[in-house]
Amino acid sequence: MSNLTDITPLRWLMRNPIWGFVLLVFIFFSLMSDHFFDYRNFQNILVQTSTIGLIALGMTLVMINGNIDLSVGATLALAAAFAVDVQSWAMFATWGNWQILPAVCLALLVGLLMGAINGFIVWKTGVDAFIVTLGAMLGIRGLVFVYTGESSFYAMNFAYSDFSALSVGPLPVLAVIFLVCTLIVHLVLSRTVHGRNTYAVGGNREAAVNAGIRVGPHMMVNFMIIGFLAALSGVLLSTQMGAATPNLGRDYELWVITAVVLGGTKLTGGKGDIIGTLGGVLAIGILRNGMNLMQVPAFYVYVILGSILIAVLFLDKRFNRTEDGGLRL
Amino acid sequence: MLLNRLKAGGPAIAKQGILVAFILFMIVFSFMSDRFLTPDNIMSVFRQSAIIGVMALGVTIVVIGGNLDLSVGSMLSFATVLVVDLHDKVGPELAIPIMVLATLCLGAINGFLIGILRLNSLIVTLGMLSAIQGLVLIYSGGQNVDIVDQRGTWFAIFGRGSVLGIAAPIIIFGLLAILFHVIMTTTPFGRKVYAVGGNPTASVFSGIPRSRIVFTTYLISALCVAVAAIILGSRVMGSQNNVGQGYELQVLAAVILGGTSLLGGAGSILKTVLGVLMLAFIQNGLILMGQPYYTQWLVTWVVIIVAVWLDVAAKRGRLFSPIA
Amino acid sequence: MNEKLEPALRLKGIVKTFPGVRALDGVDFEVMPGEVHALLGENGAGKSTLMKVLAGMYQPDEGQIIIAGQPVRMTTPIEAKAQGVVLIHQELSLVPEMSAAENIYLGELPLKSFGRVDWTTLYERSNAILERLNCNFRGEVTVVNLSIANQQMVEIARALTVDARVVVFDEPTASLTDAEKVVLFEIINDLKARGVGIVYISHRMDEIFTLSDRITVLRDGSYRGTLTTADTNEDEVTRLMIGRSLDLSRDTATPTLGETVLEVRNLTCAPLYRDISFSVRAGEVVGFYGLVGAGRTEIAETLFGLRSADSGEILIDGEKVQIGSPPDAIALGISLVPENRKEQGLVLSMNCRDNMTLPQVQNLASGPFVSSSAENEIFDKYREKLEIKTPSWRQTVRVLSGGNQQKIVIGKWLSMQPRVLIVDEPTRGIDVGSKSEIHALLRALAAQGYAVIVISSEMPEVLRVSDRIVAMYNGRIMREFTADLVTEDSLVQAISGIKATEVA
Repeated sequence: MSNLTDITPLRWLMRNPIWGFVLLVFIFFSLMSDHFFDYRNFQNILVQTSTIGLIALGMTLVMINGNIDLSVGATLALAAAFAVDVQSWAMFATWGNWQILPAVCLALLVGLLMGAINGFIVWKTGVDAFIVTLGAMLGIRGLVFVYTGESSFYAMNFAYSDFSALSVGPLPVLAVIFLVCTLIVHLVLSRTVHGRNTYAVGGNREAAVNAGIRVGPHMMVNFMIIGFLAALSGVLLSTQMGAATPNLGRDYELWVITAVVLGGTKLTGGKGDIIGTLGGVLAIGILRNGMNLMQVPAFYVYVILGSILIAVLFLDKRFNRTEDGGLRL
Repeated sequence: MLLNRLKAGGPAIAKQGILVAFILFMIVFSFMSDRFLTPDNIMSVFRQSAIIGVMALGVTIVVIGGNLDLSVGSMLSFATVLVVDLHDKVGPELAIPIMVLATLCLGAINGFLIGILRLNSLIVTLGMLSAIQGLVLIYSGGQNVDIVDQRGTWFAIFGRGSVLGIAAPIIIFGLLAILFHVIMTTTPFGRKVYAVGGNPTASVFSGIPRSRIVFTTYLISALCVAVAAIILGSRVMGSQNNVGQGYELQVLAAVILGGTSLLGGAGSILKTVLGVLMLAFIQNGLILMGQPYYTQWLVTWVVIIVAVWLDVAAKRGRLFSPIA
Repeated sequence: MNEKLEPALRLKGIVKTFPGVRALDGVDFEVMPGEVHALLGENGAGKSTLMKVLAGMYQPDEGQIIIAGQPVRMTTPIEAKAQGVVLIHQELSLVPEMSAAENIYLGELPLKSFGRVDWTTLYERSNAILERLNCNFRGEVTVVNLSIANQQMVEIARALTVDARVVVFDEPTASLTDAEKVVLFEIINDLKARGVGIVYISHRMDEIFTLSDRITVLRDGSYRGTLTTADTNEDEVTRLMIGRSLDLSRDTATPTLGETVLEVRNLTCAPLYRDISFSVRAGEVVGFYGLVGAGRTEIAETLFGLRSADSGEILIDGEKVQIGSPPDAIALGISLVPENRKEQGLVLSMNCRDNMTLPQVQNLASGPFVSSSAENEIFDKYREKLEIKTPSWRQTVRVLSGGNQQKIVIGKWLSMQPRVLIVDEPTRGIDVGSKSEIHALLRALAAQGYAVIVISSEMPEVLRVSDRIVAMYNGRIMREFTADLVTEDSLVQAISGIKATEVA
């Protein structure tokens, strides 16, 4: 973790097998498709990846913490709806392009709030996060439908939908936001006390409690981080589409969890890192992009993805079977 | 106070929480709308809840056995598309058995990976959810399917028929519920499922074939999905290729609401039926009160969390979690 | 010893009750600076409760905790640690995926700005501690990659992050090899030399007599006395512990033995056990005595089809058999009452009757249904026979006492009418009264013609119930004794790895 310097590339790859896979699909599609190995396409991949990638960063924290969040897709849709709708509120009518600012702030705040609600319930009631966020997934999605009246919102301010076309130097702005967030979350997880305690709580909760680590607040903070990132992801997605639909982000929780598990984070908590998650997200992104370029129907991606997920689980079990000690149970 | 009483009465009373909540809801709704407690309305709620209900029966058994099944939603898409598509190609008498067999195969894959290879059920069924969805899309070529001659086929009886004025879906749901209730409470198999879910290690130490039991629970879950698909296909006489999307969560919500613990070893088929009906009545009641359709999801959110919270609180003997 | 000093820690009249149990009943205990004070007692005597009181995990109902002359209240382990009282857990409480240094300073990571961890300080400090412990690894290592012994070192290193006044060691040698033990003892002596008071909890007499200065004995939650190690002997300590002189006599006269039912030849499952040969006759109780980890449980698991042996033969009634799974074992008439009642023996969420009939529920079916009357018949029979105290068969086993739970497990296997009954640690965590009941029961079963194997880590138990005793050490059978010839000394030597010939 902290002593990356004295590790050879091969060993590093052994510990992060997902990057081997990323390399493999990268080479595969470079050979198989004329359009894949192209700078513009790489930009595409990063932009396409950013939506799921941002949420996956938060999911990594939550899962290392020993929880799970199924409500991210709904939070994304709610934030997107707010971001697009608030711009057109009458009170901001005279603000010009500045009307985007309160809209985006409110959207992010909503994400933060949804995360806080989830985290607070998990902390105070002691109900399993799976159940809490499963309820929230239905509830927040219901909120989206009720709020939008089951119809789509369209951004009237073109500056909003133009945002996603901007670039910072050679990189599209969406990719930059994603990469910056990746770096920040990585630093939070690996360098800060909150990040380290996140591992402690997920890895051995009793030990963490005995050591005086306050389990509840750490969990709540992580839920707030994922809520914020899901909202950010929703805002960015709505700038790409220039609209927010009530069904936005459906099934995203599944993609995100798939990416995070591919990246080596354990469902039981205590293990995983952002480098792995980035690999998981990129693997999915490259796979989707490459198959699209090869004109494989999108359906096959589902099958391949599901199979990979199960295969990873199987291999992990094969190579890390130590706990049973030969007892046939 | 309430909590102390709950604790003193032991889990027996705590487990009746769902029944109490159910009755409360019924009373409140019947005051809010005249039409709520009419026989017609009740029948229509029962009929609408049949599909989720049948799937929830299977998932309840899986969960009692200590696992999860998130793949039932896309499995429902798969089964419905298959049976509707085959209906016009080979006729219903062949379409139904082929579909049932194919769906059982998917259940067997789940069962093999989770029961025999002991992989984490959440992730495996998540992967299957994605894979089966892809399978449906490949099979249907992304098209929706439907039955051309909707009037001339006996396939219609499952979704549209009725016996003595009771709609067929209700009868199927009711019979299956009774069947599975009897299986779970009175047969050796049912006992073993509870044992394996309650303590897999102790079950093996008692000579119970744990792998086989878990495998079978997934077969049952798949069978339930197949039955639900027959009802759905027969009622709609067609199918969108993602018709089951999101069903897994509504099903799981009903199972959890029924008080079946996600940890396994506890729960009951009849309580799940209650959970299913409660969700259906909430949906119906809110619509009768003129609320937008999706308000039910908001209410479901609150109901699920409060229900599970009270259950957890009764077990630990205090309302709030002691963690700092 | 320095007699003028204040005790580093003193407990006065500690009372702690749990619903239905008086776990600690007016316990007095003190440890001087620079003293190793051993705490002894049988399972269930209240040692672990006392420790948890010490470590701030439990609050005593009555009594005082006095540290360096000041009465204190400690409501959390952190407060206890701040007072200089550190508990080293028997079960490791480490976070596997974190570095050793982070584990040492868990909950107290040094901070820089913006909540960042100050790695330089962290590694400096933790490496200094690890060096002091003569550890051959550094704080940067991830704990999951360390051996059990080194993990224990990390656990011990935690005690040194504060200026510890008192360090409590709970069975620290349970998972250590002999070489590692030596290192541990050096550390303890080093702490002692620096004036730290040590509370040392162990079952192993030899360790206690080499290490400790004084010995305090608990029995049934109450204080039984404190002895100065130099002036006492094992016999006196044992007498205090079990409340009487070691009773070597067995309950009944040896019954007539039948044919050999089970025979094991050269059974090997490396590295757990090697070259195991023994036999059991009908009507006989064979006791397997040894330390935890000697390979006894693993042999039982193999006989019950839960493990496959590398080589060797198992014979039932003189015929070679293959046991591939528990159902195979059950079909051959082998039953196993497992070591861990709650994890392996019972489905805690099920009722008494269903637990008891679980292995044969398939055979009790009439038509497709389980016959409730057949089940009740079995349950009533064994409830009466074993005197199980439960209001009804509907009672969830979770709420029963340890003794009654154990009887349900025994009943479960007796009702299968086995030929060979293997009982692993039959009285672990059971109160004294139920203990002797279970001992009597095991003798009675043998008298009825069962071939019984009893695995136990408690010498009085083995001596009391066995006709023959097999002593194991480190995966091998060291010696076999008959009940008439066994002595306590020879038994202790055998399970400590000392061969008979080496004893003068």
